[in-house]
Amino acid sequence: MQSATELIPHLFRTEYSKIVAVLCAHFGIDHIETAEDIASDTFLAATELWGLKGAPENPAAWLYTVAKNKTKNYLKRNTLFTGKIIPEIKQTAPVNTEIDLSEAGIADSLLAMIFTICDPVIATEAQIALALNLLCGFGIQEIATAFLTNKDTIYKRLQRAKEKLKEARINIAIPGEAVLPQRIASVLITLYLLFNEGYYSVSGAHPLKRECCTEAMRLTLLLLENERTNLPAANALMALMCFHASRFEARADQSGDLVLYNEQDISLWDQSLIEKGVSYLNQAAQGSALTKYHLEAGIAYWHTHPGDSKEKWEAILQLYNQLLMLEYSPVAALNRTYALAKANGPEAALIEAEKLNLQDNHFYFVLLGTLYTNSDEDKALHCFEQAYCLARSAADKQLIEKKIHLLSIQK
Amino acid sequence: MKDFLFLFRADYSSYAKRSPEALQSITKKWMDWIGSIAAQNKLIDRGNRLENDGKVIKPNNIVTDGPYCEIKESLGGYTLIKAETIDEAVTLAKGCPVYEIGGSVEVREISKM
Repeated sequence: MQSATELIPHLFRTEYSKIVAVLCAHFGIDHIETAEDIASDTFLAATELWGLKGAPENPAAWLYTVAKNKTKNYLKRNTLFTGKIIPEIKQTAPVNTEIDLSEAGIADSLLAMIFTICDPVIATEAQIALALNLLCGFGIQEIATAFLTNKDTIYKRLQRAKEKLKEARINIAIPGEAVLPQRIASVLITLYLLFNEGYYSVSGAHPLKRECCTEAMRLTLLLLENERTNLPAANALMALMCFHASRFEARADQSGDLVLYNEQDISLWDQSLIEKGVSYLNQAAQGSALTKYHLEAGIAYWHTHPGDSKEKWEAILQLYNQLLMLEYSPVAALNRTYALAKANGPEAALIEAEKLNLQDNHFYFVLLGTLYTNSDEDKALHCFEQAYCLARSAADKQLIEKKIHLLSIQK
Repeated sequence: MKDFLFLFRADYSSYAKRSPEALQSITKKWMDWIGSIAAQNKLIDRGNRLENDGKVIKPNNIVTDGPYCEIKESLGGYTLIKAETIDEAVTLAKGCPVYEIGGSVEVREISKM
């Protein structure tokens, strides 16, 4: 059996958010801090008691019971207080002291909290921080580490976001049918960004980064488990995450450095996650909606096929064409041009690359350098050097340095 | 940046005579061309293709089956793009695959009143 010191951090990750969500849904957005306090107190009690007596047989159930009792006590004290001090305030409805920590109750509350946190009244970066804090049980220090910033910034960001939610009097609930499509769109964006925060981070393969990804997947799965939110776009997002996550083991070496796609050990790709991704992608194909998650999942699907084939790169090129028609982004423009080189040849791609006008983007010069390699090595080298000057993160500079080195020994 | 409308005209009846492979290859060229404009962040709306059939309504409620029997070229679709000048818009239009079937692109600036 695990010792209490190992068990509690793990349970904190899985159970803290559930208790907070259920309590928030019970008390309403005005009492978000009360919910956090009771959940924290519950874990404090666990730490004190389990350290002395050892962990109980069913630790999660123990936590729920303690949280329930603490809530009852809190409500009792609170009604006593309001009843004595401000007697003119009449309770319109009897206070329900029974909180619902059943499996279904937890799932509903968590889902309602996802919608609350992803409400467009708060900025996206605050949504992500709040999601990590309240839905994933990340501490402020952990979020600061994950975002490469300091505790103060994150603390203020979280406080401001909570204040905004209170001011807007957000109702903690799954939105009604009329606004659901629009609201789910902002939920999906936040979950997508939370995943990307972990996957494309500049700080490399920090374990917290990977946890951002698994948490984003866990929350997306919550959407899929409720029939109202089990929509094609959510399935497409889940498929995308599965395909990307299938390469987790392969994309970092033992020192934690990033291993590029072409250099990965294919035997480390997680085939079961790829299969899951395919099944979510099939679910996503229902209906006529074609979102950027569908297109990105399609691209990610083709990347689960190792090696180069005409069919693969032609399919990826067309998916990038469609993605760009839906929504422009420099990354998509660069990747489209790379796919064009693979499908139509580097000459055709160079003509297109020159039109992109992304002179301040180091990946643009990496792309140009790659396209010039084999045809004009001096130009290629010059492009990589320009990319090196523009790159800001150490990880990117290191990757570009490798390319310059490879090119120099070829010459 | 100004907004421009591309109007594609061609003898689309010749499409029907082409093999499925040839049609697929034309579709790819269209997708690559519009994808190229989108990759330059100059696409506003890829627009729509138009069906061959249509009606034309004239004064005194005269409805005809369209002017298609009179002229070979018909309006087959439109796309909205943005560019600094009409010359830049013309440059973008030069890669259009419609010329391969003898068609044309009309470039018009959208009036912003």
